Amino acid sequence: MMKKVEAIIKPFKLDDVKEALNAIGIQGMTVSEVKGYGRQKGHKEVYRGAEYVVDFIPKIKIEIVVAENLLDQVVAKIREAAYTGKIGDGKIFVTPVEQAVRVRTGETGTDAI
Amino acid sequence: MKSRWSMLVIGMICLLPVSSAWAAEAVLNSGDTAWLIVSTALVMMMTPAGLALFYGGMSRYKNLLNTLAMTFVAYCLTSVVWVMWGYSLAFGPDKGGIIGGLDFFFFSGITPASLEGTIPTNVFALFQMTFACITVALVLGSIVDRMKFSAWILFTVLWVTFVYCPIAHWVWGKGWMAGMGALDFAGGTVVHINAGVAGLVLALVLGKRIGFGKEAMFPSSIALTALGAALLWFGWFGFNAGSALVADGLAGSAFLATNTSAAAAALAWMFIEWMINKKPTVLGIASGVVAGLVAITPAAGFVGLGASILIGVAAGALGFFSVARLKQKLGYDDSLDAFGVHGMCGTLGALATGLFADPAVNPAGTGLFFGNPKQLLVQLVSILATAAFTAVMTLVLIYVTKALTRGLRVEEENERIGLDSAVHGERAFEIE
Repeated sequence: MMKKVEAIIKPFKLDDVKEALNAIGIQGMTVSEVKGYGRQKGHKEVYRGAEYVVDFIPKIKIEIVVAENLLDQVVAKIREAAYTGKIGDGKIFVTPVEQAVRVRTGETGTDAI
Repeated sequence: MKSRWSMLVIGMICLLPVSSAWAAEAVLNSGDTAWLIVSTALVMMMTPAGLALFYGGMSRYKNLLNTLAMTFVAYCLTSVVWVMWGYSLAFGPDKGGIIGGLDFFFFSGITPASLEGTIPTNVFALFQMTFACITVALVLGSIVDRMKFSAWILFTVLWVTFVYCPIAHWVWGKGWMAGMGALDFAGGTVVHINAGVAGLVLALVLGKRIGFGKEAMFPSSIALTALGAALLWFGWFGFNAGSALVADGLAGSAFLATNTSAAAAALAWMFIEWMINKKPTVLGIASGVVAGLVAITPAAGFVGLGASILIGVAAGALGFFSVARLKQKLGYDDSLDAFGVHGMCGTLGALATGLFADPAVNPAGTGLFFGNPKQLLVQLVSILATAAFTAVMTLVLIYVTKALTRGLRVEEENERIGLDSAVHGERAFEIE
């Protein structure tokens, strides 16, 4: 069985998370720049006396597909590396993955990841 | 070589008694003339270079070129209006202390030999023209991002004619304020209070920009704004030291006060912002420079060095609080803070002139701290009269403009797209 781990983290933590995952042998990941908000949504800021609402804050989304036996370790490492203790550290989502195929060779399942 | 020098010196000595005998009549001084021609060029640069970049950099990226365009056309229109009837209305023979009349329409009767003090009249008129140009362009700071280009063009012509020229006449054209003894060395009331109040009125009539108070409205380029502030600072030496109208120690004293006040205000704004908002921003330093220059403008040729530092520090603090607190409290959308910086710090400077004017610097002015409490009252009257006249006349001219151009404000769609592409069909930078 395979799981997909989606982690939304602070942009400046990307390198730490990547290194932490490399250290436990994770081979690949997909990264995208995203914007979003969580519980701190809609806070107001003031620029030169003019207020504005910050709806969406820039974040990095990391997607990794792993064999189920590695899942807990991967989640723990991401959490450890992305942690600052301040609001906006992000979230980690885990979903089941039905199939994986390596395009070049046609390998499937955990062999493909 | 040596003999030629000694002959020159002897020749000059021979000339001395002659020139002092003629002193009662106006005599051209080439040193003064040269300095005023240079000053005119310096003040000219403040509008299409200094102010255009200062404001352009502060406006949003989609409106950067529109801000530059409005600044440029303000300069061009005022240049033409001034030589047609503006100079005559401001500096023509006085009519009841109110206005100058049309005797000098299209510079009629002004020849290259005409003199104003020790400089040619045409140089004096051009020097004054650059002040008219920057004053109307300063108004832009309150209203960028939302005014129709056609409305701005018409408003500029009307405003220079019916607001700037009368006030310039009152203060510098032997009008009633000059008669009352109001001190305004280089334009605290005429330029800064005038433009600041007009800007506020125009901003209130135009209304807030779409998204004001909800969306972030970041400057397109603080680097351009900082360059603009530096060019304004450079040009301001012509503005203030040139306003001595002679090249002498008074011009030097005004130069000294101007630079000192600007530097002190920039530091004051920076440290206050650093303490309160935790970051010393470049926009704050640049704004502080301008706040200090504005406040010292009416005082430059009247106050000593100590007063120039005090005025600078007070201007930096007042500018910061006007922009960061007052605007937020009162909720008006003064886009680039023309009122917050020019209106408020201009008022501060005009009052400070009434306090610190030192007869040892310039015998023409004695303030409260040198035994003339009445001066402060005179300054207050000149501030209130300027602000009231500007507010009422600007409001009238806004409605005249609105009627003639069928509305003052750009269409909503164009405001959202941005005026660079909607009005001019251009972009400030091709980045990609």
